[in-house]
Amino acid sequence: MNDQVERPVYMDHAATTFMKPEVVAAMVPYLSEYFGNPSSLYRFSREPREGIEAARRQVAVAIGATPQEIFFTAGGTEADNWAIKGVALANRARGNHIVTSAIEHHAVLHTCEWLEKQGFSVTYLPVDGFGRVDPGDVEAAITDATILVSVMTANNEIGTVQPVAEIGRVAHDHGVLFHTDAVQAIGAVPIDVDVMNVDLLSLSGHKFYGPKGTGALYIRRGTRIETLIHGGGQEQRRRAGTENVPGIVGLGRAIELATADIAGHNRRIAAMRDRLVRGVLDAIPDARLNGHPTERLANNANFSFRYVEGESILLLLDGRGIAASTGSACSSGSLDPSHVLLAIGLSHEEAHGSLRLTLGDANTEDDVDYILEVLPEVIGRLRDISPLTPPSPGAPEAE
Amino acid sequence: MYTDRVIEEFTNPQNVGELTDADGFGEVGSPSCGDIMRIYLKIEDDRITDARFRTFGCAAAIASSSVATRMILGMTLSEAWSLSNAEVLDALGGLPEPKVHCSLLAPDAIRVAINDYRVRRGLEPWERKSCSWGGDCASCPKKS
Repeated sequence: MNDQVERPVYMDHAATTFMKPEVVAAMVPYLSEYFGNPSSLYRFSREPREGIEAARRQVAVAIGATPQEIFFTAGGTEADNWAIKGVALANRARGNHIVTSAIEHHAVLHTCEWLEKQGFSVTYLPVDGFGRVDPGDVEAAITDATILVSVMTANNEIGTVQPVAEIGRVAHDHGVLFHTDAVQAIGAVPIDVDVMNVDLLSLSGHKFYGPKGTGALYIRRGTRIETLIHGGGQEQRRRAGTENVPGIVGLGRAIELATADIAGHNRRIAAMRDRLVRGVLDAIPDARLNGHPTERLANNANFSFRYVEGESILLLLDGRGIAASTGSACSSGSLDPSHVLLAIGLSHEEAHGSLRLTLGDANTEDDVDYILEVLPEVIGRLRDISPLTPPSPGAPEAE
Repeated sequence: MYTDRVIEEFTNPQNVGELTDADGFGEVGSPSCGDIMRIYLKIEDDRITDARFRTFGCAAAIASSSVATRMILGMTLSEAWSLSNAEVLDALGGLPEPKVHCSLLAPDAIRVAINDYRVRRGLEPWERKSCSWGGDCASCPKKS
């Protein structure tokens, strides 16, 4: 195996993306000559301030909002924390109940769990076998005390896209605010906050070829929300701290690029992804695709391979230059495998044997070919070691 | 996160397989926990003359299975019985802290297999301590 070809193939774009050269180029002046504090009055502040406002317009255009409704944060996690804690604290006189789903990112789930300790009550809605939330379940969960519904636009592990517009309508029919974590969806799902009935939306720069440590929260005008980060008067006095100017400028350029041609981008990526999925399922027995057959992010493939464990798969793939991800507990340091895979009804064993491949803009058909060559070998080697592997039907005595 | 030693042992594990005429067999773990080890021992004159394993689990579990089966070759049963988790860890050059518990699998499986051999021979099984950690209690991976 050591003398075999090895080539670097990055297929973990749901974890993070590289920065596009255009994004880096847009940021460079703000890392050097345009260093001024945007809040100051002198001329050194003008370019940084204009850079931030241009980025705000770019984000607003990308999601159908107005620039005054865009607030920059230090990432998707902060945006989720702000949306949920901010709405909970500002509306506690009206009620203490939040509705969310069992498959949210930990930035949402752990925030909700913290709020439970503060006296809030949270309903974690189940999902179907494909990972979809039923808007009818949202409606049934809403009570007089409900102040917020938070359901992600698309799931980071299995790629399932939620019926966000319907869920938003249900929330609004009951006078409840609706937040969506769109961190994985930007550039893959067309977003219009009005059409989708969204009051708050979280996004993160490094998931769409922008810089890490950057994000934004969309807050519909008139939404009652507390401030999370107190200090100076930045971001309309709602999010303190001197702005990450180069990061914000990079995020703006990145979202502009990512949303310029979503349909074309999805066609190209989905064609490669579909060939990958077919190839893997054809070549490897006792494998399944996790998530929805059609309502899923164009770049997401999530498999379970029986009889083997995900961290072992990742390490053998890494040995051949391939970067991927797993929902196995062994890769996370916790005892339980992915909450998302368990929520769609997988057994622990199936969840331990999961592999996520998420494609991106630099992947090629050659990358798909290489994975289709290496992955069956890797699974085969681990199955040769595993005590769970059933004897193959072509065993020697049968021949 | 893993040392090169662990990656090497995991990538090229030794003694993978089964012994159809094994004198002792042991299985520990469960699929829901994410790891299972089966071990097969060939025993002659109170010494282990062959050992094979099959393991479902992470790289740490597979690497410690491989290294432990090599370590016990040629050992007497009482020597193999006292193989500690800490010795397996040493042979691997250490494991990342969250992975240390994975290396408990191999010494446990070896003890189960030794007792299987003893029972088959009509001997009393040796008493398994509830703890197979060979280091001091302060460094026990199960303490946390």
